[in-house]
Amino acid sequence: MTRRARAISLGVAVLIVSVIAGLLVGPVHIAPGAALRWLVSLGHPPAGMSEQQAAILGNLRLPRVIVAALVGASLSASGAAYQAVFRNPLADPYLLGAAAGAGLGATIAVAFGPSDAFAVTVPVAAFIGAIAGVGLAYGLGRSSPGGRSATSLILGGIAVASFLTAVQTFVLQSRTEALQRVYSWILGQLGAASWSDLGLVLPYVLISTGTLLLHGRLLDVLAVGDDEAASLGIRAQRVRLTVLVAASLATASAVAVSGLIGFVGIVVPHIVRRLTAGSYRVVLPLSLLGGAAFLVLADVVARTAIAPAELPIGVVTAFVGAPFFAALLWISRRAIA
Amino acid sequence: MVHRSVGGIAAVLLLLASCGETTPPLSGGAQPSVSASFPVTIDGVTIPGRPERIVSLSPTATEMLFAIGAGDQVEAVDDQSNYPADAPRTDLSGFEPNVEAIASYEPDLVVYSTEPGDLGAALAGLGIPALVQPAATTLDDVYEQIDQLGVATGDASQAKDLAERMRAEIDSITGSIQPPSEPVTYYHELDDTYYSVTSSTFIGQLYSLVGLRNIADEAKGAGGGYPQLSAEYIVEANPDLIFLADTKCCGQSRQTVAKRPGWDRIAAVENGGVIPLDDDVASRWGPRIVEYLRQIAEAVADVLEAQAA
Repeated sequence: MTRRARAISLGVAVLIVSVIAGLLVGPVHIAPGAALRWLVSLGHPPAGMSEQQAAILGNLRLPRVIVAALVGASLSASGAAYQAVFRNPLADPYLLGAAAGAGLGATIAVAFGPSDAFAVTVPVAAFIGAIAGVGLAYGLGRSSPGGRSATSLILGGIAVASFLTAVQTFVLQSRTEALQRVYSWILGQLGAASWSDLGLVLPYVLISTGTLLLHGRLLDVLAVGDDEAASLGIRAQRVRLTVLVAASLATASAVAVSGLIGFVGIVVPHIVRRLTAGSYRVVLPLSLLGGAAFLVLADVVARTAIAPAELPIGVVTAFVGAPFFAALLWISRRAIA
Repeated sequence: MVHRSVGGIAAVLLLLASCGETTPPLSGGAQPSVSASFPVTIDGVTIPGRPERIVSLSPTATEMLFAIGAGDQVEAVDDQSNYPADAPRTDLSGFEPNVEAIASYEPDLVVYSTEPGDLGAALAGLGIPALVQPAATTLDDVYEQIDQLGVATGDASQAKDLAERMRAEIDSITGSIQPPSEPVTYYHELDDTYYSVTSSTFIGQLYSLVGLRNIADEAKGAGGGYPQLSAEYIVEANPDLIFLADTKCCGQSRQTVAKRPGWDRIAAVENGGVIPLDDDVASRWGPRIVEYLRQIAEAVADVLEAQAA
């Protein structure tokens, strides 16, 4: 087994353990043995399990765990991709206005849309907003005198994000009744995740993360330099654009179902990079698997820490993730010294 | 100023119906009521004379003002004050109040519920008296605020009547409820991400008055009385009643609740115990809480009847 295969198998194992933990642990106590038998028998309640418990597992916990895994995978893989494209370790999936665009989209849907259709209109509007935000930032960055440099793209992202956030604040100001809902959306939501949410985003997540995974080798070459890439017949700009579009699509899908969950897209790829060699053929798949596992576990904390109440998932990812990240930085510095 | 709209006439009729022996003022002109005595000082704020150009930035205060017969002294109300229908609604915001915009109505009294910073001081600087009436935490707060508005507007006796009538009606509603043999449980929903209230909140206390047990109390301490509950916990807690205070904000209804995954097995959903509320009534602490409480009591009576059958 190559090192790469070993690392990826380990990542898959970690994800499977997290998903099972996510299924077993929750505010409602369900005997772990019974829950495992339920899982193995593909949803047939074993003897001793009430119909209600089976419904909780099948209709509430399982879709929530899977949505968390998909969202974590999308955010983390697109974070790694953004960092590769911009050659900047501080790049995160929200860098190019995806978050601000999604926020504005969701706000408009809440403030002006029919209130009985939020379950569909909010994700769709957030998705469109995220794509539009990145598109605007990209257009602005490209048309600037700096041309296609990473810096002008980032500046475009900053300008677009401030502008869209200002519009969002303006809308909220005139529609204060939408405040509470938009605020709770911004904090990140997995509590109402359902199979229909999953159906809404699954195609986009699969296409976008699949595209990202296929570009690992090309990103490795680009990391050496654009000239070297050109000498191998690789068109650097086109690769970057493809990766950027795929990463933005993944981010938009994640944001659409879960709201804004911070920290995953920046911390998980960094942890992965510290644990493995720098090749994107390893970093991308491991970020994807690690991000999925991380968000599933963070969601377990979110729904059990103050059960039966919930913590916003975004609070958990930052609260748990930040100290963990700091510790990792500290340990790896000591290891070098 | 005489309101000639249908709404205005309705308000006068309401007044007639609600005021019993006292003669209601047919026009909003200076017609000081017997109990009015100005200047009056409330919480350190001095109101020199009977206010005739009140600006209300609190939907609850607006409802109270109209209920105590001070409606025609009200010049402008904020954008959220949608009841009663003939309240002079404007673009003024109670969340982000604009002092200049408020001052442009030349108010002689401003009532608001949340102090966003230094609104009171800013208005005082312009010589405009301002009363702050924060969200009630108990029923006594409600009566006190109604009394206070009565004194401030010169409609003290009508305010007193209203408070007494509310007290009596609430007593009669709670007195009519038979203590249940086993506790009747409920879940009060604030939005479709399952934010709820505990019994420590004002709304929660109303439910306690009729003997209901709140499933959100397990989450005491979380969210300052407004916890966000896990869907699976709600399903397991299996409440007898679900009160939807998110029919307007989030379009929830008996149908949408029944369609939620896993919720079809909840007793409230199975037995018709999902009660849609008016979001506004269930988030304010004005005179309409009596109707709200009556609605709760009827729902409890239905559950008890079904239990007995």
